[in-house]
Amino acid sequence: MRNYPADEASREEVAIQASGDVVKARQTVRLLAQQAGLSLVNQTKLVTAASELGRNTLIYGGGGTAQAAIVRDVARVGVWVRFADTGPGIPDTELALTDGWTSGSGMGLGLSGARRLVDEFELDSTPGVGTTVTVLKWAR
Amino acid sequence: MDSGDSKRLLELLTARRAELIAQWEQAVGASLHGRLSTVELGRELSELYDAVVDALATGGFAGRSSEYAVVRSLLVELSRNRARQGFTPTETAVSVFALKEVLESLLGGSVEDIHVYLQFSRLLDDLGLFTVEEYARTREEIISAQSQQLLELSTPVVKLWDGVVGVPLVGTLDSARTQVVMEKLLQALLDSNSAHAIIDITGVPAVDTQVAQHLLKTVVAARMMGAECVISGIRPQIAQTIVGLGIEFGDIPTKATLADALRHALVEIDKASATRAAGLL
Ligand SMILES: Nc1ncnc2c1ncn2[C@@H]1O[C@H](COP(=O)(O)OP(=O)(O)OP(=O)(O)O)[C@@H](O)[C@H]1O
Ligand SMILES: [Mg+2]
Repeated sequence: MRNYPADEASREEVAIQASGDVVKARQTVRLLAQQAGLSLVNQTKLVTAASELGRNTLIYGGGGTAQAAIVRDVARVGVWVRFADTGPGIPDTELALTDGWTSGSGMGLGLSGARRLVDEFELDSTPGVGTTVTVLKWAR
Repeated sequence: MDSGDSKRLLELLTARRAELIAQWEQAVGASLHGRLSTVELGRELSELYDAVVDALATGGFAGRSSEYAVVRSLLVELSRNRARQGFTPTETAVSVFALKEVLESLLGGSVEDIHVYLQFSRLLDDLGLFTVEEYARTREEIISAQSQQLLELSTPVVKLWDGVVGVPLVGTLDSARTQVVMEKLLQALLDSNSAHAIIDITGVPAVDTQVAQHLLKTVVAARMMGAECVISGIRPQIAQTIVGLGIEFGDIPTKATLADALRHALVEIDKASATRAAGLL
């Protein structure tokens, strides 16, 4: 994903340690999405993607952080969100991104679904080091 | 700690019992600004005083030893009452710490006196901390009990029609809440002998895979009880997000509004009774 300049004043960070923190991260993302002028549909898509990724950070990553900011490109505004953990990592990212694949008892739609709900998606994972997922949704 | 140390202290505490309790009561009463009746406070502190004297005689200064079991249970009661009555942790701990001040003025300046006083003071510090810990525990219990009550209040299951129950979901759905909803809904189906349930999600800001999974489980459980569920209140942004995630509700009927869902349920009821009537003929 390209490195888009962020509005530094809008930058937020939420520690993800408990399920209440996922709700907090989701609310933070919702607020930024409103400020950036995303449509209601796009707000809901981004918030839902954040909910999925935040829960993965908590459940599989053993906790981590969520960062979010409003970013700008030439003529557009968007919201950038990154979830990072130092958990076990994902051995096979392609498999993890397959619809319906889960190592637990979920629906296996969180990662793949989140990718479909946003405009830009990047998954970085190293076994034994951790997982970082970055997403971006533009306002149009 | 050998009991020789506490001997003089014990003599003092026993001989001047009434006077010391009165002073203690006064010190504590002042800090609570009359928010606790003097009778109640008097009873509480005399009981505690006697228990401390007994424990000192047998267990010395070891506040966490078994000899102090009675003292600790009185402190548990005291801190629970304070927490329920809305006193602060400081106001609660003062009840114990104030006894130090009362004794301070009594002891002479000899080295032994100071030594004993310091030991007693450490004991009271320990008991004070115990009181605060207990206070915090009680507060936690009160808070979690209240949030449990709120949880139940915020998910009312209502009988919409003869044979139809409905539950309007409002706000963020986490696992705990969805669990409560599911249990209440299944119970309501049973209690009202209904064969139709409507789960309305108009008030839910986002449906992710977790919420969807809980909804699906509820529907399956209702089916096992012979009841059909309809999910209503799926707004356009939620519908598009659900599709984006790739969630399929399968053959579960979904409706845009609660009214549509109720109409659907009533048609189903009519159909069922028509079939029954036909069978009778
Ligand atoms: N941060 C992470 N750290 C380690 N493993 C992860 C992480 N995120 C996802 N995974 C792995 O990828 C799998 C797929 O994730 P995905 O979110 O798609 O499904 P799920 O969480 O199992 O179910 P759900 O549909 O409820 O989200 C997970 O089961 C897990 O094994
Ligand atoms: Mg997931």
